[in-house]
Amino acid sequence: MTVGLEHYLVLSAALFSLGLLAVITKKNAVTVLMGIELILNAANINFVAFARFIDTDLDGQVFAIFVIVTAAASAAVALAIVLNLYEHLRSINLEEADSLAG
Amino acid sequence: MNLFDIIFYAFAAFTLASAALMVVSKNIIHSAVGLLFSLFGVAGIYVLLAADFLAVVQILVYVGGILILLLFGVMLTQRITSVDMRTGTLQLVPAILAVAGVFVILFRVISKTSWEIIPKSDFNPTAERIGHLLMKEFLIPFEIVSVFLLVALVGAAFIARKGT
Repeated sequence: MTVGLEHYLVLSAALFSLGLLAVITKKNAVTVLMGIELILNAANINFVAFARFIDTDLDGQVFAIFVIVTAAASAAVALAIVLNLYEHLRSINLEEADSLAG
Repeated sequence: MNLFDIIFYAFAAFTLASAALMVVSKNIIHSAVGLLFSLFGVAGIYVLLAADFLAVVQILVYVGGILILLLFGVMLTQRITSVDMRTGTLQLVPAILAVAGVFVILFRVISKTSWEIIPKSDFNPTAERIGHLLMKEFLIPFEIVSVFLLVALVGAAFIARKGT
């Protein structure tokens, strides 16, 4: 069976699952961020694969560029928050950041 | 099985193995290296999908920018000399079961849907067409995302300053 749309979608689903696993199991805030980056990459593979196989134009690739820009902005803001969290708690363990928990 | 398929499977295996290394690894630096190779693998997948411009953007922005930012975050918040570079996990078994469930659902949806493929055979350079799309159909989203990035970066610099 030659490589078609389904192969890319399955690869993207696997990458998404690994990113989700990192997000929900890791205690370290930076590692959770890495998992989010994996999830965004999985979404991007989907966009580009659909642009290649189903669309007649390149709209999907333009959307992938927008996703990359948003990922860069979110990484910068999240890193700033993590640095502030470290200033306050001397730790970036997410289990210890529970001041807002009731 | 022709050469293209072999290259695809090689890149896919490389990407998934690196991502798995990132998830499994206890040392956070090893996680970052796994993410680095995984992002390179995704760039290779983009090339196979005839998205040459996007592959270069992926390497420039992700590998050159976001990953360096993440490494800075690691270096600034971990005591390098101590053994505190480890990252623990919690609820590992239920999480693996839930994520496997999600993957099975996605896999079944993908394999049961009948996709209407529009055949396209040739590899054309995409940079010119993407430029036209960004300056015509997607001009408003392009401007909004530019201002959004500026605001987010200024805000991040403001939040990260000491003594605010």
